[in-house]
Amino acid sequence: MNTVSPDGKRTIGRNTFQNDEDTMKFQAPIATGRSVTGVPTGRLALWWVLASEIVIFGGLITIYLLYRLGNPSWGAEAEHTSIPAGAFNTFVLLTSSLSVVLSHAAAEEKEFTKAFRLLWYTIGGGFVFLLVKAYEYTSEITQGFTMFRNVFWSFYYTATGLHAAHVLAGMVIMAIISLDVRKGRNPQRVEFIGIYWHFVDAVWIFLFPLLYIAR
Amino acid sequence: MLSLFPEQASTISGEIDSLFMLITYLVGFWFVVAEAVLLYMVFRHRRKPSSKAQYIEGNNRRQLAWVFVPVALIVICDLWIDIETTSVWNRIKLERPPAEQKVRVITQQWSWMFIHPGPDGQLDTADDIVTANELHVSVNTPTHYELESRDVVHNFSVPVFRIKQDAIPGRVISGWFEATRTGRYDIQCAEMCGIGHGLMRASVVVETQENYEQWMASAIQERQGLVFAANRPTTFASLLNRSFHKPGGNNE
Amino acid sequence: MSEEVMQKSVETRDSFGHEPGFWSKYVFPTDHKMIGLQYLWTGLLMAVVGGFMSYVFRMQLAFPGNTVPGYGVVGPGDYNALVTNHGTIMIFWVAMPILIAAFGNILIPLMIGCDDMVFPRLNRLSYQIFFLSTVVLLAAFFVPGGAFGGAWTAYPPLSARAEYHLAPWGATFWLLAVALEFVAFLLGGINFLTTTMNSRAPGMKWSDIPIVVWMIDIAVMIFMFSVGPLIAGAVMLLFDQVLGTSFYLPSGGGDPLLWQHLFWFFGHPEVYVILLPIMGVAAEILTVFSRKKLFGYKTIVYTTFITGILSMVVWAHHQFIAGIDPRMATVFSITTIMISIPIAVLFFAYIATLYGGSIELKTPMLWSIGMIAEFLLGGVTGIYLGSSAMDVYFHDTTFVVAHFHYTLFPIVFFGGFAGLYYWYPKMFGRMMSEKLGKLHFWGTTVFFNCTFLPLFVLGLGGQHRRIYDYRNFPELLGESMQDLRVFATVSTILLLIFQIPFVLNFLRSMKIGPDAGNNPWRANTLEWLAPSPPPHGNFVEMPRVYRGPYEYSVPGREEDYWPQHIPE
Repeated sequence: MNTVSPDGKRTIGRNTFQNDEDTMKFQAPIATGRSVTGVPTGRLALWWVLASEIVIFGGLITIYLLYRLGNPSWGAEAEHTSIPAGAFNTFVLLTSSLSVVLSHAAAEEKEFTKAFRLLWYTIGGGFVFLLVKAYEYTSEITQGFTMFRNVFWSFYYTATGLHAAHVLAGMVIMAIISLDVRKGRNPQRVEFIGIYWHFVDAVWIFLFPLLYIAR
Repeated sequence: MLSLFPEQASTISGEIDSLFMLITYLVGFWFVVAEAVLLYMVFRHRRKPSSKAQYIEGNNRRQLAWVFVPVALIVICDLWIDIETTSVWNRIKLERPPAEQKVRVITQQWSWMFIHPGPDGQLDTADDIVTANELHVSVNTPTHYELESRDVVHNFSVPVFRIKQDAIPGRVISGWFEATRTGRYDIQCAEMCGIGHGLMRASVVVETQENYEQWMASAIQERQGLVFAANRPTTFASLLNRSFHKPGGNNE
Repeated sequence: MSEEVMQKSVETRDSFGHEPGFWSKYVFPTDHKMIGLQYLWTGLLMAVVGGFMSYVFRMQLAFPGNTVPGYGVVGPGDYNALVTNHGTIMIFWVAMPILIAAFGNILIPLMIGCDDMVFPRLNRLSYQIFFLSTVVLLAAFFVPGGAFGGAWTAYPPLSARAEYHLAPWGATFWLLAVALEFVAFLLGGINFLTTTMNSRAPGMKWSDIPIVVWMIDIAVMIFMFSVGPLIAGAVMLLFDQVLGTSFYLPSGGGDPLLWQHLFWFFGHPEVYVILLPIMGVAAEILTVFSRKKLFGYKTIVYTTFITGILSMVVWAHHQFIAGIDPRMATVFSITTIMISIPIAVLFFAYIATLYGGSIELKTPMLWSIGMIAEFLLGGVTGIYLGSSAMDVYFHDTTFVVAHFHYTLFPIVFFGGFAGLYYWYPKMFGRMMSEKLGKLHFWGTTVFFNCTFLPLFVLGLGGQHRRIYDYRNFPELLGESMQDLRVFATVSTILLLIFQIPFVLNFLRSMKIGPDAGNNPWRANTLEWLAPSPPPHGNFVEMPRVYRGPYEYSVPGREEDYWPQHIPE
C-alpha cells in the first residue's frame, strides 16, 4: 500500500517518509510501490498467474475435446452427469461472481463492513458449489461411475476435481483477504481475488457444456 | 563420409544417403563460412592500443542487409532441403509399392515376434510361420509390414534398410521396405522400453527367393502340425512353451 | 549523511537497524541476490551429480560389464536410470536454475535499477519449492525399486505402470519432482515479468532494457505458455501411475501418443527457454569486450519474440516416426527447418556486433565466442534432424545425442561460465584468476569436442541411444566404433577433470582475489553502479536512466563507455 498524507508524507508498507527525496533513498523495499506501466503491481502479477492457469486448463480442455471427438461413445457416458446439478452450480458460481463484484464496489466506496459481508456471500457460494459437487460425486460413484470406469470418467473427475481445488483455494484466499478488508486494510486485494474468482467461473463455463450438456 | 554409414541394403537407403549428402553440402558450406567469419572478426578486430572501436547501430536498411541477405540465402537452402525431404518422405510414407510379401511384427518387452504369411502368401492363416527375433524376407521383394506392440512403445529399426517406425500399443502401424542385398542384418529397438531395451536385438535374414522358399518349407515341417492363432497369442509365457523355428537362437 | 553511514544503514536497514541473522540472511532470504545464489549453488551441485552420472554410463559404454571405479557394476536397470536422470537433472536442475533462476534473480533488479523483486517472499517460496523438488528427485535413488529409468521423456505406457518400468516409487517421485520444479519456475517467472514491467528505474524505456533482461523475460513467457498442457498431462500421468486410470493406456481407452504431444509441445520451447538467457548473456559480454554497440537492438528483440512463437509450432519433429499423419509430419519438417532463420538472424547480428570492435579476449569473452562457435555446429546438425526423411535414419541414434549436446552444452556450460566469470566481480567483490580461467576454457573446449564429435560418427554408423550394451548388436561390434566409444569416454573424464580449475578459481578468488571495485569491466549497465557486492537494496540512491545500455565508443566522447545512469 502506497499512500500520501496531506502534509506530503509517504507511507509504504510499514514505513513513512518525510518527503520524496527520502523515499528515493530506499529506506524500505519499495519495488512493490512503483508502477511504471500504470497497472498496479498486484493486478499485473495476477494477470500473469491467470495466463499460466489458462494454459493449464486450456490444455486439459483441449485434450478432452480431442479425445471426445475421437470417441463418439462418450456422449452416452455424459448422459450420466446430472444437468440439473451442473446448471444449479453454474447459477451459484455466476451469482457469487456478482457478489464479489459488488464487494469490490463497496470497498472502493470504503464501505468495508459491506465489502466484508459480500466477500463471505461469495465464499458461501463456493461452499454451496463444493457441496453440490460432493453430492454429485457420491451419487455417481455409488452408481458405479468411478474414475476407472473409462477415460471419459477419468477426465470428468480430473477436470472437475482440479477446478474444485481452485475454487477451494480461492475461498481460502478470499477469507484471508476479508479479514484485512474488514479493518480497511489492503482493499485493492478485493479486486484481485475478484478477478481470480471470475477466472474460476469462466473455467466452469467451459466445463459445464463439455461434461454435462454435450451428448 | 558415406563409408561411415552402414551398407545400403534397401531401395530407400540410397535416397536417404543422397539426402544426407545434400544437407551436408548446404549446411557444411554455411557452417564453414559462419565459423570463418566469426574467427576472422575476432582476429581482425583484436584490441590494439591505437585504434578505437566503431560506433554502428545496425538499425537502418543498409546495415541490416548484412544480416538479412545471408539469411535470405539460407532460406533458399532451407527450401531446397524441404523439397528434397518431402520427396523422399513421400516415397517412404505415402507412395507404397504394391506388396509382394507381407509380415507382421509384434514387439513386446523384450523380444520380437515375426509372423510370416507362409506358402499361401496370406497372413492369419493356418500355415503362417511365427518366429522369435528373426525375420525372414526375400530379396528384391516389396514387403509390407504391420507393426504392433503388446505393452509399451517400441520401435522397429533396421539401419541397413534406413527404416524406423515406432510401435504404439493399441495401434497397427504399417510400413514397407524392399531389401536389395542378401545377408543377415541387425534389427534394433529404437525407443526406450524398459530394462531390457538394450538387449532387445533381432535379425533380419534377406534371402533369394529360392532360399526363402526352402526356409518356409523346413519351418513348416518343424512345427509339427501346430495349430496356432497367429495374431492372438495368449501370453508370452505360453508362447515360449511352444516350439518355434529358431535358427541361431533367441537371446544367446 | 556520509557515504559510509548511508552504506551501513542501507546494508542493515531491512529490520530497522537490526542486522539480519544467519538464518534470515542465508537460509530463508528474501533478497533476490541471495535467492539467486541459492539457485546457483544448487544448480552447480546438481551439475556435479549429473556429470558423475555421465561418467558412469560412459564407462559402461566403453568398457561394458566392467566395474566402474566409484560406482560398481552397471546393470541394465542402473544404466537406464543413469541416462534418464542425467538428462532430467541437466535440463531441470542445472540449466533452468542457473540460467533462468540464478541469472534472472541476481541480474534483473540490478539491471533495471530497483532494489529487489516485487514479491520477495514469493521469491523465497519459489526457491523453497525448487529445493523440495531437488530432494524429491534425489530421494528416488534411495527408495525401493530405485530411480526411474524410462528416459527423461517418460513415454507411457512404460512410465504409466510399475509393471513396465519396474520403479514403483521412483517413477512417481521423478514425476512429482518435475511437477514441483514447474511450479517453482512459474512462480519465479511471475516475479520476473512483473518486476521488469513495473519497477524499472525512472527514465528506462523498453528500448533501454539490457538484452539479457529481455531474453530472460521472453524465456519465462515461453516457459509459462508451453508448460500448461504438460502440467495437465503430468497430472494425468500421475493418476495413471498412482490411481490406475488409463489416460495413456490403450487397454483402458487411452492414447500413448497424447503424452508425446503434450511433452514435446513443452519440450521443444523449453530448449529455447534455455537458449535465450545465454543469448542475452552473450550480448552483454560481446558488447563490453569489443567496446562496441550491439548491432540491431530492436531487430534482436523482435526476432526473439518470433523465435518464441515459432518454437511452439515445431514440436512434432520429435515424433516424425511415431505414427503421426505423414502430412502433418511434412508441415512440422518445414516449420522446424524454418526456425533456423531467426536463430541465424541473431547469430549474424552478434557477429556484426564484433565487426569494427576492439576485442579483448578476457575469460568471459572467450567463453562467449566459444559458445557461439560451438553452438553453430549444434544448430546446423539440427537441420538433419528437422528433415523428416533424414530423421527416419537418425532418430534415436547418438547423432541426436551429439546434436543436442552441441547445442545444450555450449549454452549451459560455455554460456553459463561466460556469465559466471563476467558477473563474479559484482557478486563477490573480487576478480577471478585469468590464468585459471583460460586453462578452464581451453581444457573444456578441447575435451568437449573430443567427447561429442565421435557421437556423430557413431550415430551415422547406426549406434542407437540408450543401449546398455552394444555387444548385443553385431553391426556395432566394429573395432573403429569401439575405439570411438573409448575415446569419447576418456575425453569425458578429462572434460570433468578440467572443471577443477573452475572450482578452485571460483572458491579461492572469493578470499584471495584482487578487489574488483564497482565496475572492473567498464560497462554501461546499471548493475555496475551498485557496490560490489551489492548490499540489500542494491543502490545507495535509485538511479535515473538517460540512455540505452550499449553506448560504447561513442564518437566525440573521451571515454569509450557511457553508463546508463550518468546524465551527461
